[in-house]
Amino acid sequence: MSTSVAEVVAGLDVEKIRADFPILHNKVRGHELVYLDNAATTQKPQSVIDAIVGYYESSNANIHRGVHYLSEKATEDFEQTRQAVQRFVNAAEAREIIFVRGTTEAINLVAQSFGRANVGAGDEVVITAMEHHSNIVPWQMLCEEKGAKLRVAPINDRGELILEEYAKLLTPRTKLAAIAHVSNALGTINPVKKMIAMAHAQRIPVLVDGAQAVPHLAVNVRDLDCDFYAFSAHKMYGPTGIGALYGKAALLEAMPPYQGGGDMISSVTFEKTTYNKLPHKFEAGTPDMGGVAGWRAAIEFMNGIGVARIAAHEHDLLEYATEIVGQLPGVRLIGTAKDKASVLSFVLEEVHPHDIGTILDQQGIAVRTGHHCAQPVMERFHIPATVRASFAVYNTRAEIDALARGIRRVQEVFA
Amino acid sequence: MPELRDLYQEVILEHSKAPRNYKEPAHTNHKAEGYNPLCGDRFTVYLEMDGDVVKDIGFQGAGCAISKASASMMTQTVKGKTKAEAQKIFRQFHDLVTGHGHATEAELGKLAVFSGVSEFPVRVKCATLAWHTLEAALEGQQEKVSTE
Repeated sequence: MSTSVAEVVAGLDVEKIRADFPILHNKVRGHELVYLDNAATTQKPQSVIDAIVGYYESSNANIHRGVHYLSEKATEDFEQTRQAVQRFVNAAEAREIIFVRGTTEAINLVAQSFGRANVGAGDEVVITAMEHHSNIVPWQMLCEEKGAKLRVAPINDRGELILEEYAKLLTPRTKLAAIAHVSNALGTINPVKKMIAMAHAQRIPVLVDGAQAVPHLAVNVRDLDCDFYAFSAHKMYGPTGIGALYGKAALLEAMPPYQGGGDMISSVTFEKTTYNKLPHKFEAGTPDMGGVAGWRAAIEFMNGIGVARIAAHEHDLLEYATEIVGQLPGVRLIGTAKDKASVLSFVLEEVHPHDIGTILDQQGIAVRTGHHCAQPVMERFHIPATVRASFAVYNTRAEIDALARGIRRVQEVFA
Repeated sequence: MPELRDLYQEVILEHSKAPRNYKEPAHTNHKAEGYNPLCGDRFTVYLEMDGDVVKDIGFQGAGCAISKASASMMTQTVKGKTKAEAQKIFRQFHDLVTGHGHATEAELGKLAVFSGVSEFPVRVKCATLAWHTLEAALEGQQEKVSTE
């Protein structure tokens, strides 16, 4: 595929990057794969695959336990990845990084630990109308259990948060605000730094769902001053099943454990258990060490290119796609915020997204169709579903041209 | 490789654009709502039963071309049939779209156009949503049925 001017300007050799991703060289239904479902999960470079294999070939042993060579090596590698994750989001200390299965588990950890300890009857938790179900349901469960109330800050027709309405919801009753950094269904980048400052002015802690932000933006948790930041490896070229919760040490110290088991204790008798210190207090059981090894390679992959250059390339793709797809007859873009990252959601007049998805798939084009685990967003726009194309560093303008041709093919079938 | 036109046959496209019996019959005495949470398809099937016979049938709702066309052609097929006949056709139709079909084209009639669905496993739920909903309505269930 040809390389565009902008790709050269951004200094990215996209063809070289693509060569690192074995799956991109597969044929799908007789066509070259055009993978535009990156907001669901990104593909993995060879270095990540090799790191996982390498872990099992030469390092596998349980961590924090054995005195033998392999256990020491595995423990050291594991803790080095924690430091790599710490640096990636610029956390102050490695013990502020808790390994979890992913963003969903990170949010549930905060809801079940911080939430149950700090939210009571009559209290409120504030979220936004563009949250993924994983940043809605844990709070609903908590509120139901505690007799607390979930308050939802609305969005406008472009899919931007209405800040004045958000401000009104922050009251002495609010015990936590939980907000998406980037919307998975709309692509909207929220002004989280400002939203955090607004909450902090009233001493309200803030959790940021960063699942869709870490692949596309340089995240600096200390600059944002967020209290919690939840994110997954698999949306940033890493393996599935591993992610992290960042939390300010003082908050994490004060929180009760989330799950009980091995690794999270200092000593156990049948009378009393003393919990381990951070971060181990929140890491019960044997973790996904192979996944952690893969994640480190993913961070190195992103750092090797540079998050700013990745963002510039994806921004170019998004602008190009917005122009090319947006001008097709019958297309309505859903989510037209001024500040967006990497997501083009749309509907087509007279054709259901599911039919569009099938017809695109027949041309080797992978997009997501459905409600994107954000049903309240669909209701806000009075649609059952959208088609979502989402971009990563290895995508090209040529692939967006293929998407546009695919949509025209849909229109031919339904003409 | 499956061909798109096997799935999106002209008859199917035509029914999806101009569904038949898209109404709530005046003398409805059975109805059920069907929902596919995966893609948001949602249909209500209305029945006027005269004893054991489907005297009148209609449907309303929103969904993809496959689900809407299937609902439309289902209403045409089962109108005037007994409950047992309608259930038998559903079983044959289900076998057809899941690729386990033994029913002949003569038995299935126009519904045979849905044979292409079997090449697209993720779309089976689209083709059968209205039928599951019909089954619930025939059984007199008032609860919402879900394909999940």
